[in-house]
Amino acid sequence: MAKAILRPVRNPAQGSRARGTRAGEGVTLSQLLQVLINGLAVGCIYGLIALGFVLVYKATEMVNFAQGDLMMLGAFMAVTLIGDVGLPWVLGLFLSVLALAVFGYLLDAFVLRRVLGEPQFAIVMLTIGLGFIFRAVAGLVWGYDPRSFPTPYTGESLRVGEVVVSYENFAILLGTLILCVVLFLFFRYTRLGIGMQATSQNQLAAYYVGIPVKRVFSLVWAISAGVAAVAGILLAPVSLVQPGMGFIGIKAFAAAVIGGFGSIPGALLGGWIIGIAEQVAGVYLPAGFQEMAAYGILILALILRPEGLFAQIQRKKV
Amino acid sequence: MRFLFKTHYNQDIDHLKHGGDRFWYGLLLVLAAAAPAALGTFYLGELNLVMIYAIAGVGLMLLVGYTGQVSLGHAAFLAIGAYTHSLLLGAGLPFLLSIVAAVLVSALVGAGVGWIALRMTGIYLAIATLAFAMLTEQTISRAEWLTGGFRGLAVPRASLFGMPLTQGWQHYYLTLTLLVVTLFAALNILRSSTGRAMVAIRDSEISAESVGINLAVYKTFAFALSAGITGLAGALFAHRLGYLSPDAFTFLISLQLLLMVVVGGVGSMRGVIYGALFIGFLPQLLAIARDTLPPRIAQAPGLEPGIFGLILVLVILFEPQGIFGRWLKIKSYFQLFPLYRRATHRRQKTYLRTERLR
Repeated sequence: MAKAILRPVRNPAQGSRARGTRAGEGVTLSQLLQVLINGLAVGCIYGLIALGFVLVYKATEMVNFAQGDLMMLGAFMAVTLIGDVGLPWVLGLFLSVLALAVFGYLLDAFVLRRVLGEPQFAIVMLTIGLGFIFRAVAGLVWGYDPRSFPTPYTGESLRVGEVVVSYENFAILLGTLILCVVLFLFFRYTRLGIGMQATSQNQLAAYYVGIPVKRVFSLVWAISAGVAAVAGILLAPVSLVQPGMGFIGIKAFAAAVIGGFGSIPGALLGGWIIGIAEQVAGVYLPAGFQEMAAYGILILALILRPEGLFAQIQRKKV
Repeated sequence: MRFLFKTHYNQDIDHLKHGGDRFWYGLLLVLAAAAPAALGTFYLGELNLVMIYAIAGVGLMLLVGYTGQVSLGHAAFLAIGAYTHSLLLGAGLPFLLSIVAAVLVSALVGAGVGWIALRMTGIYLAIATLAFAMLTEQTISRAEWLTGGFRGLAVPRASLFGMPLTQGWQHYYLTLTLLVVTLFAALNILRSSTGRAMVAIRDSEISAESVGINLAVYKTFAFALSAGITGLAGALFAHRLGYLSPDAFTFLISLQLLLMVVVGGVGSMRGVIYGALFIGFLPQLLAIARDTLPPRIAQAPGLEPGIFGLILVLVILFEPQGIFGRWLKIKSYFQLFPLYRRATHRRQKTYLRTERLR
């Protein structure tokens, strides 16, 4: 069995962490700030993938285990369009997000709609299976050699006092911010966005007021896949692009659960918590804790607050 | 069609309902016992692996198929069983004692996980078990003083009643015996009140609770039972591997176990055997298929997980009852011969049931 591609990728911000100082030199304020900023950047990636989970879950109550692999496909699209075809940077980004959105729409229309209402377990298994297929197909098309993704800003960094923020991390923070604002405005002010909110609140009532629920579901999947593509594109410069990169989806899952699995700000907050905890554990705790941080926090969170920080489940009142 | 004339209430809970069942299962047992004489070393070894998978599958089926609790982390129990058994065997404990200890340790850890998981349902449970498996894998690879980490741990030779187990057929008979015992035990549990309570929990937690089933007790018990049986499979798996290292128990193994349960048919013990045969022999089939495929596809390292994924997707979309369900349909086609109607097995239309209200 091909073990190499199945091993989870190392921490995506490894490059930036190497620039931070290792443990044992005492805690200085600037070092702590550095760690926090790196953690925030990683957390944004987790948060964005978690956002994809949450969007789909909120609307259709499906748990999409293939979200990380959609992110991987997005990153590969961008690498192909920009690196191989040679499209201008912005156009390439736009096209790859669009391509993933179309893919997400079709995925729902042809595959996932058929299992709507099946037990949760079947859906989880289905999306896990889809993830494996995506990975195998990506391996066939693009190969298993990790590829780098050059950006106009690669290698440069911003210096504030002793804190160094690389432009890649800066782009992650900025990109996440922009995306969140856009999504917020979309859900708050557009007809379609409000329709989506209505559908996720009460499917039947949405039918009654004339919302085409099936198409809305597919569009939610499209948005979720698009968000995944953005996450992939932002992550690509700091990690390498390879079929196994979707495995950080599992950690993003932890982020979504901590946030309450159904709350959009919760997903981002969960991502930040996990990202920062990982970086702090990586710098200040012995080796091994960095990998365990996400899962440890997840289990702790599930024990203390099984319904997440922003609870979405209510008890039925009879 | 066969019509059973029942003369006693106990006939309702018989394992083998009629003469046909007794004949076929007896024949199967005879064939399984005679297999070492007919098969070469390689296929005997593969059959041994299939039966180890089947034992683990019985454990997972009790949890997933009969109690309705999803676990994405059963590789962890397999690992705990394997490491406990090897370490105790290395410390000089007799084989049988160390296997029993491995089962007990796994069951204890399983009870712990089950107790933590009590308050979770659905996806939360799945993710918690996944996190547990990841933590276990990390712990094993970091605790080098105990497990050897990535350097690995050699599994000591087993010996039973003073006879060293070196030959393939010895391991085969050991596994076969344990599989038959496990299956019999699991089926007996399922027809007792404990098993009925587990099935009730699967079908509806609220109604189970309202007829007086203590959810906490039975869910924890189901987890412990499932983990214990999986730990038993882990102990046998250790001998099969010969050398333990954390990357033998990855997320992919958990998935394979689940795939086995799903492909075989959720909610049937026969499904476990079908699923185990499928999982065990799929790599061989793929190896044969590789010769006919174009080299670019055949040599791809991710082919096998991809095929696994494809089969999983196809089964869930088109035959959610798995191989066992397909077999029921074929059987009823022949039983009813000219009168079979497709609609008999048509799936009911399903509707989205929200989990947000509980």
